[in-house]
Amino acid sequence: MKSLAELQAIRDRMRSQIDLRDAGDDRIRVVVGMATCGIAAGARPVLNTLLEEVNKRNLQNVTVSQTGCIGVCRLEPIVEVYVPGQEKVTYVKMTPDKVASIVSEHLVNGRVVEEYTIGAAE
Amino acid sequence: MSFIRSHILVCTGTGCSSSDSIKIIEEFERQLAAQGMDKEAKVVRTGCFGLCALGPIVTVYPEGACYTHVTVDDVEEIVSEHIVKGRIVKRLLNKNAAEEGPVTSLTETRFYKHQQRIALRNCGVINPESIDEYIGVDGYAALGKILSEQIPPQQVIDTIKASGLRGRGGAGFSTGLKWQFTHDAVSPDGVKFVCCNADEGDPGAFMDRSVLEGDPHTIIEAMTIAGYAVGAHQGYIYVRAEYPIAVKRLETAIGQAKEYGLLGKNIFESGFDFDLELRLGAGAFVCGEETALMRSIEGHRGEPKTRPPFPAVKGLFDRPTLLNNVETYANITWILNHGAEAFAAIGTEKSKGTKVFALGGKITNTGLVEVPMGTTLRTVVEEIGGGVPGGKQFKAAQTGGPSGGCIPASLIDTPIDYDSLASIGSMMGSGGLIVMDEDNCMVDIAKFYLEFIVDESCGKCVPCRIGTKRLLDLLTKITEGNGEPEDLDTIEELCQHIKQSALCGLGQTTPNPVLSTLKHFREEYEAHIYEKRCPAGVCKSLIQYVVDPTKCKGCTRCAQGCPTGAISGAVRAPHIINQSKCIKCGACMDHCRFDAISKQ
Repeated sequence: MKSLAELQAIRDRMRSQIDLRDAGDDRIRVVVGMATCGIAAGARPVLNTLLEEVNKRNLQNVTVSQTGCIGVCRLEPIVEVYVPGQEKVTYVKMTPDKVASIVSEHLVNGRVVEEYTIGAAE
Repeated sequence: MSFIRSHILVCTGTGCSSSDSIKIIEEFERQLAAQGMDKEAKVVRTGCFGLCALGPIVTVYPEGACYTHVTVDDVEEIVSEHIVKGRIVKRLLNKNAAEEGPVTSLTETRFYKHQQRIALRNCGVINPESIDEYIGVDGYAALGKILSEQIPPQQVIDTIKASGLRGRGGAGFSTGLKWQFTHDAVSPDGVKFVCCNADEGDPGAFMDRSVLEGDPHTIIEAMTIAGYAVGAHQGYIYVRAEYPIAVKRLETAIGQAKEYGLLGKNIFESGFDFDLELRLGAGAFVCGEETALMRSIEGHRGEPKTRPPFPAVKGLFDRPTLLNNVETYANITWILNHGAEAFAAIGTEKSKGTKVFALGGKITNTGLVEVPMGTTLRTVVEEIGGGVPGGKQFKAAQTGGPSGGCIPASLIDTPIDYDSLASIGSMMGSGGLIVMDEDNCMVDIAKFYLEFIVDESCGKCVPCRIGTKRLLDLLTKITEGNGEPEDLDTIEELCQHIKQSALCGLGQTTPNPVLSTLKHFREEYEAHIYEKRCPAGVCKSLIQYVVDPTKCKGCTRCAQGCPTGAISGAVRAPHIINQSKCIKCGACMDHCRFDAISKQ
């Protein structure tokens, strides 16, 4: 170890991993429905893309996790976004393509992508 | 795609390792691979989470679901349900958590709510065998800043002084002052040493062990900073050989630090050299005493020396030596990273920061807790500890091990800090906290600690070697029903003599368990002496098991269960216990289905 910069580099690389273990309440939670119905409808590629996007943008306050059947199997894959202090937003019929705009619009800029929500689909 | 989206943290502290956590880890790795999840989830070995009573503990992030009492057979279900489908396995959740809602993370349980973790901040969070993870939680940042910015040693010492940190090994001496004394001392050849006391010997104490097992790098970093501050280039960690996991992780951590150049020559190109070595203790209690510890590092028999000269002036190899306890070092980098004010804002006026306690004895949540100084004993026992199991009454808590004393139920609202505990005849000690209920006999407890001391006394000075033996004889006499009224006065007098004349700190404090039980539970001693009765029903010579003939159905179960054949009686007729044959093991009472046998 020669310099603080070297130390900083290791820290930054590790921090994004360890932040996953912070179950604090001020984090945005993104939950993907991953029951049989969700997986059958293609939830896994959605989850993977989501993780990829979140990682690429280094969004440290976002937790991506999965959940069981949300109940509206016909609209799977479903992704729900919980921003602390706000109503949750439910996105339906998700595809990997839709993920990018949700990450950049909703997670980064706080603007709900209305056209993908359950309200728009119904 | 190789983003790890889930971390499975498995405790590999001593408690959980002894209940198969290593096999659980292997099974997780096998199951993840079998279910194709090994690219998405990874298993992380961590140190102690603190809730040892519920181990083995597995925490799955990002959900923060805390599974307790996990077995190898549960692993498949956790992987297939939680990791693959995201469904939390509710039956394995901590019971408290289950009441409070299905996905309650560990930090929200009653056990954690009142805690504030500084010394234990990384235990159960990072993998203790990975230096990268330690760096990821700001590890070595304090050292890096100090060395690369060439912050003057005096400024480091001033920060520690301003924080108000006091030694966590027991006596509570100001850490900053200790650093200052070592810094100011002049060594004949310029050589000074830094030592870490990891010879945790109090019965029931396992705080230092958990820090070493869960976060070894923080000790290495703090000792290196201490070396820079006082002007030492060599450090020794004196750790008990009975802590194999701690020893192994320390060795791993020292190896990694050397590889990264965080130990050795020219650290951060500052021109500062520092090296660390382990010294394994053979388990003598007296080696936790600072002068005996240094004698032992030197390769001599571990026996204390008179002070002064204090180690800060003339310690290891007769050079100025800084000796701090593990938990003290565990606070150092936090203070330097967060500032002295942040630390001084926690705790009470004279006791700053937090204290780790090993909760044991008659308590629901056996484990490791860290609370701000000034938290009351009631909060620790009833809230965090979950109270006394089995609906029994809390009777007393013992703090400070063989050097400490008992705190009776009437003083349960005492705030826990150095001065409050000292004022009621106990002491902070290193942090063992043993809870006792109505079934514990206080005379017997005092006797237990004395037996320990008699075993462990190094024998160098007469008051400790002979005085404690005589004290034990007196207590044994009382518990056997041969106590005489004047014995209590003799005990008190003898205690005072030992206190005043023993050579080392351990010897001087040995009478504390006796004195404090005598002060708070004198009536129990008197019951043993005057009424030849043990109120708690513990002292075997003073109790007898009797059969209530009105309740006994003559089922013969007790007679069959008696190991000495002391019970006789015809079938369907009340049985009788022959007191001369009875060894008071209590087996008959366990066997009786009609509640007909009682202790008197």
